[in-house]
Amino acid sequence: MSMPGKPSLGSQARREEGVAWLFLAPSLVLFAVFTGLPVISAFFISFTHWDLFNPPRLALFDNYIALWNDPIFRQVLGNTGYYVALAVPLQMLLGLLCALGLNRGVPGQGVFRVIYFLPVVTSTVAAGLVWAWLFNSNFGLINMGLSLLGASELPKWLVSSRWAMPAVIAVSVWQGLGYAMVLFLAGLQNIRRDVYEAAAIDGATGLTRLWYITLPLLSPMTFFVLIISIIGSFQVFELVYVMTKAGPSNATNTLVFFIYQNGFMFYQMGIASAAAMVLFFIVLALTLVQYRLQNRWVHYE
Amino acid sequence: MNSARSTPTAVDWLIFLLLLAGALLMCGPFIWMISTSLKPSAEVFRFPPTLLSADPQPGNYARIFSTIPFGQAIGNSVIVATSVTLLQLVVCSMAAYAFACLRFRGREVLFLIYLAALMVPSQVTLIPNFILIRNLGWIDTYQGLILPYAFSSFGTFLLRQYMKTIPTELIEAARIDGANHLQIYAGVVLPLSLPALGALAIFTFVAQWNNFLWPLITTSKPSMQVTTVALASLQGQFNTDWPLLMTGSVLAIVPMLIVFALGNRSFISGITTGSFGGR
Repeated sequence: MSMPGKPSLGSQARREEGVAWLFLAPSLVLFAVFTGLPVISAFFISFTHWDLFNPPRLALFDNYIALWNDPIFRQVLGNTGYYVALAVPLQMLLGLLCALGLNRGVPGQGVFRVIYFLPVVTSTVAAGLVWAWLFNSNFGLINMGLSLLGASELPKWLVSSRWAMPAVIAVSVWQGLGYAMVLFLAGLQNIRRDVYEAAAIDGATGLTRLWYITLPLLSPMTFFVLIISIIGSFQVFELVYVMTKAGPSNATNTLVFFIYQNGFMFYQMGIASAAAMVLFFIVLALTLVQYRLQNRWVHYE
Repeated sequence: MNSARSTPTAVDWLIFLLLLAGALLMCGPFIWMISTSLKPSAEVFRFPPTLLSADPQPGNYARIFSTIPFGQAIGNSVIVATSVTLLQLVVCSMAAYAFACLRFRGREVLFLIYLAALMVPSQVTLIPNFILIRNLGWIDTYQGLILPYAFSSFGTFLLRQYMKTIPTELIEAARIDGANHLQIYAGVVLPLSLPALGALAIFTFVAQWNNFLWPLITTSKPSMQVTTVALASLQGQFNTDWPLLMTGSVLAIVPMLIVFALGNRSFISGITTGSFGGR
């Protein structure tokens, strides 16, 4: 102790407390200003009519009722659900298969890991542009390739209300599977080797081992990947903005694009905030439901 | 797994070939992007398509800088991504030090509040933050692009998890030597947390470089646009000039590939640390 006269435990704890709040101060201010208060404000703005040029007027539930009755918003929810329902399982399944393959110690696995992960660090705007070019219905590589293979009825991809969303989903799977793969790989490497050795003694090999040992022990990670993939997928925006601008005729309009459109193209802050609240509650509800369900099917070692 | 370490079986070769085919599919768009960026404008519409142009146009890479202020946009991205990264390293590591190494009332509750913020989609705070920045007169300013990202719950969480693994004996020893908390934070904990700080730095830099929606709505002057926004507006103006658009895409992607190549281990460790803490 450098100080003469040892301070009482109480005063030392109080000092530590003061120091702690000093260390927390910058984060507390920034958190309050840019996250805490905005969440609360968004809730209140959703009960107003506000175009940013005139003062906000109280709308009570008008915005929510308007959303409920808006056929476009229903279509937006349907589109977003369609996107999540396809993109999440595909990303996870392909990510898991890659991770299982790489975990066997194939030659060049380090290179493979980097290649599969490259799209994750790629700007989504740039990736969307490249894929918009690949999916171009007249001169894109995909349709040129299909016609070289002898196909006659070529999909119009991004300008077709039937094929635009599958194209966007394909790109998101391409971009997201590396992320799932890296997490699954970490999960696989976390499974203790002696579990496999015990299983080998019991005669479990190959698919039996995969089904009864690897997958159950991987389930905490699977659960985590599922949650963050769902939450991430509900927020799809950039691909839609760059590839289709939500078209043709709203066929690829998603929740976040709808928020952007109403807030920053139509200047309807109330409607946009109400839609943002819907997004918030969907994400919250899914997280809570999954959190409750995880104990039923997630196995911890 | 030890079985795979012995001689490769037929299954191993099959898996290798599948992974190879997958890798080609993953790389395809990058290859096509580079190929298109070097073509003369008319050649991209030719059937059948060519991979290597007979008349390559490296001049496309000069043309983009004279067509739009793309150099300025890249500079803006560097300024914003670097500032956000440095600020997050300071702010998050300070908060993480308090959570990991100090005792104070309300510690668990505050940590839970920070964690709960991870569940709030950024689009929920988008409109209030836009109104705030607009009222402050910060549209088209660096502070408007930077400050909303100066703190992150994720970063705090990541660093706190790492700092918790530092042996308390080291901190106690420094305290007995008479070091105060600022000295322990800067002299003991931060140097020992370098791997986690590196992971957060790379992660934040890449995320900021690729950030789009916030800079899209808070900038209107071309001179304040960041790379992603400049690229999207290039698409709006020259939507059939594919060589130019692909040139811009290459230039937007390459810096991140370099960053990732330099730090791919710490980038991936950042992602996975976050996930193990989450369970």
